[in-house]
Amino acid sequence: MTVTVAQQRPMISPQVGQTTGGGLDVESIRSDFPILGRAVRDRRLIYLDNAATTQKPRSVIEAIERFYEEDNANIHRGVHLLSQQATFAYERARGRIATFINAPESSECIFLRGTTEATNLVAHGYCRLRCGPGDEIIITHMEHHSNIVPWQLLCEATGATLRVVPIDDEGVLDLKEYESLLNDKTCLVAVAHASNVLGTVNPIRQMSDLAHRHGAVVFVDGAQGAPHLPVDVQELGCDFYAFSGHKLFGPTGIGVLWGQHALLDDMSPYEGGGSMIQSVTLESSTYADVPTRFEAGTPDISGAIGLSAAVDYLNRFGMEAIAAYEDELLEYAHQRLADVDGIRLIGTAPGKVSVVAFALADAHPHDIGTILDMEGIAVRTGHHCAQPLMSRFGVPAMARASFAFYNTRDEVDALVTGIGKIREVLGG
Amino acid sequence: MTELRELYQQVILDHNRNPRNFGALDNADRHKEGYNPLCGDHLHIYLNVDGEDLITDIHFDGSGCAISKASASLMTQMVKGKTAQEARDAFERFQSLVTSEMDTPVDLEEVGKLAVFAGVREFPMRVKCATLAWHTMKSALDGEHDSQVTTE
Repeated sequence: MTVTVAQQRPMISPQVGQTTGGGLDVESIRSDFPILGRAVRDRRLIYLDNAATTQKPRSVIEAIERFYEEDNANIHRGVHLLSQQATFAYERARGRIATFINAPESSECIFLRGTTEATNLVAHGYCRLRCGPGDEIIITHMEHHSNIVPWQLLCEATGATLRVVPIDDEGVLDLKEYESLLNDKTCLVAVAHASNVLGTVNPIRQMSDLAHRHGAVVFVDGAQGAPHLPVDVQELGCDFYAFSGHKLFGPTGIGVLWGQHALLDDMSPYEGGGSMIQSVTLESSTYADVPTRFEAGTPDISGAIGLSAAVDYLNRFGMEAIAAYEDELLEYAHQRLADVDGIRLIGTAPGKVSVVAFALADAHPHDIGTILDMEGIAVRTGHHCAQPLMSRFGVPAMARASFAFYNTRDEVDALVTGIGKIREVLGG
Repeated sequence: MTELRELYQQVILDHNRNPRNFGALDNADRHKEGYNPLCGDHLHIYLNVDGEDLITDIHFDGSGCAISKASASLMTQMVKGKTAQEARDAFERFQSLVTSEMDTPVDLEEVGKLAVFAGVREFPMRVKCATLAWHTMKSALDGEHDSQVTTE
């Protein structure tokens, strides 16, 4: 089917003058993302659901295509040329990604399916051996379900207790309360680098330092941090950092767990299978070193290569420049949205990433989502996999616009106009 | 037909703003709770069914999107005074309407007022909003004792 863009809305053409934040040439960046040129319901796509998944630049799509066209073979097991090339590409991807987050060693980066699998791996591989009745796991009230449920399962299985750090009305973590929750029974602290709903950026360095005083380790869910902020795992001071490729302009099905080598080395395997062994007899097996110990079976080779291409793409601009541009865009979005009658912005922490959750008086988020969709605007509506957070703010669901560095002020304007349309459609 | 493609029909908007038979029914002999965890739609259906299997009264309350609320409101109007079997038949007709292909002609005689929901067909994610009240009512009529009906 040929998709044509109807002329119902002026074409979005960010002027160079409006994209000075971070010095990005957003017009040129947009042309790197083929999907941004398509139409949705006869309108130009305005994609504001980046916290759910980001779009992919052409270089990522081509890297995956090139791998299958030229290098495809299984890794770590063949002596033939293609297998060597595939292995080289896969390990080079690991290296690039390690550099991207300033990991001391590339072997500390484990390729997994995503942040969810990384969380489960840490819960099983690290905590199961160390947690028992009386021990404690600390999470926060702003966590995504993927950083709640694995810890609940762990607590059920081991008899450990889950403690929750509260947040204030702006969406800022209560650090005093966090400090008082920490004690020598704390096994692990699991916290989002940035909240997928509130956008709040948590003070990981400070939280890590405090946790370490009590001998606890810190697991950071970086699913929403890595796409928006420069990540330096050494500077953050945490022990584990996980993120998903598809939220970082890479493919779905691939993600990374970084962990301090000594901790990973001391962890038991999560899944058994091929590749993760040193030797196998019918009686018992010994396991491979990190990271292979945690990469049982044939991994997502093309996914790792695609993610590496995404990181290369981001490096062209630098995460500092991307963050600076998004900060400006977020400020503009907050200003424009704050003027909308009957809107309630949820999550107003200083220094937040470019995620704007909101509720409208008399309009259910699902209606908001559909009416905006009819305008070609993609936002997320619902509980955002953060039901405890919905309860905290007293709403069953919210709408959320989340921005990437290819979004523009024109698109913010279109969102504000679209929200006006909601009232027009629903009446009131 | 083009006007039926519109999701937010005037009738739907009117029922959303002024839902009929809204509020708990104190003397209800049946009550069921419906929940759509995906979007947070949450409603209660209250029913009185007499010895002849006639629905003598039906109310609903709860919170939800315009589609779920209007659907519940129209449903209560439609099945009040009908037999339980007629209500079940209406549910079947409604379900086949909202899950049919977009270009399937709408038999106005068969679906009556419910034709206003034909636009839902273009938004598959919203079908559950439109059918939540119906599922909940059917479950109440069938006397199922699970605490909650969920459309997930």
